[in-house]
Formats: sequence, C-alpha cells, structure tokens
Amino acid sequence: MKISVNDLHFAYPNGVEVLRELSFEISSGERVAIIGQNGAGKSTLVKHFNGLLKPSRGFVTIGDWDTQSHTVAQMAQRVGFLFQNPDEQIFKRRVFDEVAFGPSNLGLSPEEIERHVSAALSRVGLSDMREMHPYDLLPARRKLVALASVLAMETPILVLDEPTIGQDGRGLARLGALIDDLTQQGKTIITISHDMDFCAEHFERIMVMKQGRMLIDGATHDVFARFELLAEAFLEPPQMTRLGRALGLPETVTTVNEFLGAYAKTREPRH
Amino acid sequence: MIQLDHVTYTYPQAKHPALSDISLEITESSLVAIVGPSGAGKSSLCALLAGFIPHHFHGILQGRALVHGQDIANTPLAELVTHVGYVFQNPFTQLSGAKLTTREEIAFGLENLGVPRLEMAERVDRVIELFSLRDIANRSPYEISGGEMQRVALASIFVMKPRVLVLDEPTAQLDPLGARQVFEAIRTLTNTQSVTVIIVEDKTEWIATFADRVITLHEGRVVLDGSPDAVLTSPLLAEIGIRVSHYTQAARAASRHRLWPSELALPTTLDKAIDGFKRARKKYENLG
Repeated sequence: MKISVNDLHFAYPNGVEVLRELSFEISSGERVAIIGQNGAGKSTLVKHFNGLLKPSRGFVTIGDWDTQSHTVAQMAQRVGFLFQNPDEQIFKRRVFDEVAFGPSNLGLSPEEIERHVSAALSRVGLSDMREMHPYDLLPARRKLVALASVLAMETPILVLDEPTIGQDGRGLARLGALIDDLTQQGKTIITISHDMDFCAEHFERIMVMKQGRMLIDGATHDVFARFELLAEAFLEPPQMTRLGRALGLPETVTTVNEFLGAYAKTREPRH
Repeated sequence: MIQLDHVTYTYPQAKHPALSDISLEITESSLVAIVGPSGAGKSSLCALLAGFIPHHFHGILQGRALVHGQDIANTPLAELVTHVGYVFQNPFTQLSGAKLTTREEIAFGLENLGVPRLEMAERVDRVIELFSLRDIANRSPYEISGGEMQRVALASIFVMKPRVLVLDEPTAQLDPLGARQVFEAIRTLTNTQSVTVIIVEDKTEWIATFADRVITLHEGRVVLDGSPDAVLTSPLLAEIGIRVSHYTQAARAASRHRLWPSELALPTTLDKAIDGFKRARKKYENLG
C-alpha cells in the first residue's frame, strides 16, 4: 500500500509552521528511517500518516484514502502506530486485553482475536505474560506490549517512533529480527530513530529532516556517505561508516558485516 | 564520597531482591557510568543513592549505604537532597511548569529555600555560564530543544550545590548533538566543580569517551567494575544482553580472522578503532 505526500505543509494554530513543502512517496514493503534533530518535525510528519494530524496545505494519501476525509479509527486499519512513550498508549489492566483492544474493534471473531493476539505476543517474546498487568512489567517490556498491540492490528503499514529507546542488547536484537521478518511479509516499516547504527542495520532508505523540511531522501548508503550534509542537520553517520571513511575504504559501508567485507578486500594478497 | 557495604534491597511484595549484596566505593569528582540489561537494578541503585529507597519505596534494605558520610537510611530525605541531586530521563518531568523563562526555572529551587536575592542571582548566573545557557536564559523552558531542556533541568538541580548528581538515562530522548552537550556539561562538572556523577547510560561510545569508570549490573549484582575500555569490551556484555558498540563488534570479529592486532585491546571509540585497524594493515603489509 503506497503512501503519497504531496506539498504537505503543517502549522499549529498559533501559526508556527512545523512542516514545509514535503513531497514524496513510500512504496509498499519499503523500510524507511526518518532522522533529524529534536524538533525537526519527524513526529509531526508521521502523525500525518495515520491522520492524527491533518495537513494545513497539500495532502497525504494512504493507498486510495486521503487522510483528510478519513477518521483516525479508519486509518488504524491501514497504519499501525507505536508511540515513543508506551505509557501514552497502554490503558488496559491485562496484557492480553491491551493487545486485543485493536483487533476487537475491527469486528473480528473471538477466535480470530485470539489468533492475532497470540501471534503478536509471541513475536515480541511476551507469550507467557498475557495475564500480567502491563504496569507490573519493566518499561522496556511495556514498550513491547505496546508494539504487540500495534502488530495485532496486522496493518500493511507500521510506524515506529523511537522503538530502540530503553531496549537493551537483547531487546534491540529482537526488534531488529522482527523488523526484518515483517519486511519479508511485505509490510511497510517507517521508523524515527536517533540510533544511526540501528537505522543502518535494518533500513534501506533514510530521510533526513531539518527545520520542517526534507534535507536528503535516499538509499541508506548514499545518505550516510554525505558527511557534510549530515553535519548540517547536526547528525553523524553510523560508526562503521565513519571508521570505513577514516581507513580510506573504497566503498561506503554502514554495518559491521559490510565493514568487515570491505576491509578484508583491501587486505587481499597482492600479486 | 559514596560507600555501599553489602547492600541488599527488596521492593515491597517482591520475591527477589532488586539489589543483591552490592559493595562499592565511589570517589569524589569521578564520572561513573552504570550499565546493565533491563531489570538489572540500574534504576534501583539510582533510587537508593538519591534516598528514594528507603524513604519513598519502603521494602527491606540491608547493609549500609553512605553518601558524603551520612547513612542514607537514617538521614531524612529533606537533608539528603542537599547532598544528592537527581535528574530524570525526561526533562519535562523535571520542569516546574510554573516559570516563564529558563533563568527563573533555574532559580526555582533556590527561591523555595529562601536564598537571598543577590546570592540567588549570582548562583543562577554562574550555572548559566557553566552550562552555556546564556542564549536561552530569557526564553520559555518549553520553547527550547530537548538537549537544551535537559541542560536546564541539570542546571536547576546543580544550582542547589549537590555534591553528587544521579542521572538515570538523561540522554535517551535526545538527538546526538543534544546528548553530546549533556555529556560535555557533566564532564565539566566533575572536572571543575568536584562533583561526583553517577549516570545510567547505554550509549557505549559516549561512556568510553567521557566516563572514568563503568559498573555493570546483572540481576541486582555488580558483575564487572573497571575502566570503560576493560568493561565495555568484555565478552560478558553480549552474554548478559548489554549493547556492544559496532567498533567492538567489528574488531572482535576481525580478530578471529587475525585482522586485528593480537596485542591490542578491542576498541570502544572511533580513534581506537582507526588506530588498531591501521596497525593491523601495516603489520600485514610488512609480512607481505
């Protein structure tokens, strides 16, 4: 399902313009990471994808639906949304009920709801916590409950706002594997993240925002190769990209495996 | 400065202790990072040092915990807060919501203590300089960036002159520049103001650059304690589920293929990674 953004502008009622002249498309199955400073407009942009915010000018369409003429409840069938702070979305007293809330509003049968919830909980590794109170769980786990409740909607598009915050090494690995797996199923994944190494490992397209505008939008390797432009947005490329550049590797690398491959090549025996 | 002697703490109704037999000493002016997987006891340790344990969270506290010579369990919270400042992860939580400018926000605590006006102005001006906040001193604390807001929160605590600052993931929600600003401000405090800083942080590149010492918690216990280089490159980190930097991961994988100098420790920062991989290359060229 395609996302189309056409000349999107957004201003708050006090007149402060937060988004300016944004136009792009995201195709079905793409993995897109949006990066930029706090206040660059990243969260404001993604809130247009599920209709939480409506454009002041221009339009946003999800498939054949214009967000202007659809309710947030309707949009929820197409776009799942994980908030940065899980406590902003968790409100039930049992993990199972929290995760079942979305699917039950889609009018599914109890059997189907059970299937959706079980699948979502097993994906985030919380199958044995379905009877717990979400607030008896650690914050990192609460974030996974919120993620499960988004997954249980089985929407074609998922928006994940800062999913890595508070996740330890194990949580990060699980999240990465989950994103790769969802991509296999053809889902579109859009994330906002300050973790460049995570973006490099799991996203193929990077959008860099600055002061409400799109500074760069391109393939991960191309974007992370542009050190000066990133510095303009007060960002640094991933660790491996910086290391590869400093060692004079001929190609741009962004992940540990790419770095090792490129480094080993420069050291092949000379004939 | 801080002394924990066989400290074990169990939250009310919890089956297992959150902190188990922790003994450690932290000297003045040091910047100590706490790392550990989720549920390891990092936030509980912070809550203990700030006195929230046992004064706010009751439960069972065993052993002895001293800050600045005073026993945390026997010292009223009102007195502890004059020694230990605590900064929340989300600066929104810290701001009073009652002030129109960042300067007034920073003065809020001193106002409540009834500090004379002249002294208050001097102290506020001093922290504004220290944290490079002059440009935003007259702006609303709600109209500045996340990094600036966290520095304002830090300044509003530091102006109270605590000897110890406890920060529980203060940069989690900040962009890279904001995180760097906060770390630099913290380092300035330990270097020039004899303040001791305990910080929970998972960005290993920052810890390696700024911290003097790293303490690793796992299931409520201290499992590693030492220099950032020694702790952050330990194979135990990945085993217990702590994030490992890509520099360390790359060098570890390279060393398996003899692409990393065997005499060199694994790197935690860009500079050390560049140095090691350059040396490895030179060594190889000499052999060839």
